[in-house]
Amino acid sequence: MSEKVLTLRGVVKEFEGQTILDGIDLEVEKGEVVVIIGPSGCGKSTLLRCINALEPIQGGEILLQGSPVKAGDKNLPVLRQKIGMVFQSYDLFPHMTIMDNITLAPRKVHKRDKAEVEREAAELLSRVGLADKAKSFPRQLSGGQKQRVAIVRMLIMHPEILLFDEVTAALDPEMVREVLDVMLELAKQGRTMIIVTHEMAFARAVAHRMIFIDEGRIVEEGKPDEFFESPKTERARNFLNMFRFQPASRS
Amino acid sequence: MDVSVLTEYLPLYKEAALLTVKLGLLGILFATVLGLVCAAVLYFKIPVLKAIVKIYIELSRNTPLLIQLFFIYYGLPKIGIRTSPEVCGVAGLAFLGGSYMAEAFRSGLEAIPLIQEESALSLGMTRFQTIRYIILPQAVSVSVPALVANVIFLLKETSVFSAVSLMDLMFTAKDLIGLYYDTTEALFLLVVFYLIILLPVGILGTILEKRARYAGFGA
Amino acid sequence: MQALGLEVLFKGTNFIRLLGGLGVALKISLLAVLISIPAGILLGTLMTASNPVIRAILRLYLEVMRIMPQLVLLFLVFFGTTRALGWDLSGETSALIVFSLWGTAEMSDLVRGAIISIPKHQYESAAALCLTLPQTYYHIIFPQALRRLLPLSINLITRMIKTTSLILMIGVVEVIKVSQQIIEANRMSSPNAAFGVYLTVLLLYFAACFPISMLARFLEKRAEI
Repeated sequence: MSEKVLTLRGVVKEFEGQTILDGIDLEVEKGEVVVIIGPSGCGKSTLLRCINALEPIQGGEILLQGSPVKAGDKNLPVLRQKIGMVFQSYDLFPHMTIMDNITLAPRKVHKRDKAEVEREAAELLSRVGLADKAKSFPRQLSGGQKQRVAIVRMLIMHPEILLFDEVTAALDPEMVREVLDVMLELAKQGRTMIIVTHEMAFARAVAHRMIFIDEGRIVEEGKPDEFFESPKTERARNFLNMFRFQPASRS
Repeated sequence: MDVSVLTEYLPLYKEAALLTVKLGLLGILFATVLGLVCAAVLYFKIPVLKAIVKIYIELSRNTPLLIQLFFIYYGLPKIGIRTSPEVCGVAGLAFLGGSYMAEAFRSGLEAIPLIQEESALSLGMTRFQTIRYIILPQAVSVSVPALVANVIFLLKETSVFSAVSLMDLMFTAKDLIGLYYDTTEALFLLVVFYLIILLPVGILGTILEKRARYAGFGA
Repeated sequence: MQALGLEVLFKGTNFIRLLGGLGVALKISLLAVLISIPAGILLGTLMTASNPVIRAILRLYLEVMRIMPQLVLLFLVFFGTTRALGWDLSGETSALIVFSLWGTAEMSDLVRGAIISIPKHQYESAAALCLTLPQTYYHIIFPQALRRLLPLSINLITRMIKTTSLILMIGVVEVIKVSQQIIEANRMSSPNAAFGVYLTVLLLYFAACFPISMLARFLEKRAEI
């Protein structure tokens, strides 16, 4: 029996009278890579934001290793340290060097020693191929480089689960690969990950389990090969077809 | 222009300029503190206080300093609040400047995208740490040009202090014109002393504004 | 009412006189605005011209008007012209001259800012469509600049109204002077008149400026969309 890292039970999210998430149940095991896809506006990004309690939920519960994650909770910062998140837009802190961006949270939140954190940061930076950028400022980096730094900034907090919210969606095509490679590497290391993405080939390669969300509900889930070869639901089929026949469906 | 008259008046102007600068800086200091408090109240959307701050900002921005000073100096004593000319000048400047400073800080805070706060929170930082390390440093650097512009504006506004019988530069000039008719010299020194006070701040403002427009961190 | 000294306002023509005093200040501000806006548009457009001499002269004018307190400018014209040029300008005329010069400078800077805020590719697109330079300005640049300019120039009106209170300092009869007269005249019967009268003056200024500020803010919000 493997260990459950994250459990969602009947999660409901409403915003201005609209139901964004309509009863989401999800369990993620240690070392599992879950990829969530779905049409834009389906609620997949909101789901990740709810897991991190950036959005309050109106129903159901979210448990991280058995502890409830709730917006406004006193214990929230401690739980969030165990949840790493990378956003779509480059969210580095523009007033700090790359090194300071990475070391700020471990120094201030974990009260770790500066020299020791900087050693680890340098090690992580070189693993994503950015060893020479430690003293640069975010604006001097390309989009792909910034996203790799954002991943390092999250990793140094040693999170139990990693959330990726369309991290390549705002990137120029030639930079997508360098970020996806880093994520593939993390998956190989056995990290627990939830990935929201539109990169279908990548999803198929990295996922242990695919989840298709539409209109705030999980419509279909399954092993990637089955999901992509023979989706069971009409809606998933239609969605995947848009990617398969991209040139024809765009007009 | 008579040089001997200039040298004769010089000490008077020096003293008056010192008073202008002293009261001006004190007023600006209080205005900045008041502005920070108001901006914080608006930023954290504190109920009741938020409404009071909004009313204060409108009152302060939509009335002239001269009338504010008259009200404080001549009006308030009638309901038992008596102030010396110095206190009145500083209080008036702080009352006027507080709203302008609040606006400068508010626009700085608003310029920081929400994602900055969210990424800090998602790294496990507390709300306080997020404000201390992420929001404030960025907001202040965005606000700096507006803050310097406010400093210039408020220093200029001190020119009405003579209305509550403070012996500032305007008072001195008017006095000398009225008493001795040395109009040219009196006005010349008036302009020179205001230039000495205002020009350095003005140049600093221009430099900061250019830097804010063309560059960011790490440029 | 007695304690706050508000009752003096309802005696005789006091309130009308107070309004009349505010009227003089308002009249000067409106005249100055009426002069400043067209003059500012002209100078502001010239400030974006490529001729460095014109730009330098206009810049100098702007900076002089900006760095000096308006009251100093008022003193220079009111007291200075008598001595230097032998003119004997009335306080009202001096005020109109100074506030028009100052308003023109402020307006020109707003116009310049609005024009240069229009991205370069707008000019390039217009050129690509073979529009002439006047056509480009008339059809493309001015309409867009106007949207940004409108709230700022309306704000200039409130600044002008507030600034004209300075004419008290050179002895033009207006709202403050009238209130001082009312307070003096009622010294015995209403010892607290100063509070009520100055509060009323403060609120009258507020009543004049606040609606204009609101309009400016409304237009600003609309311009952002």
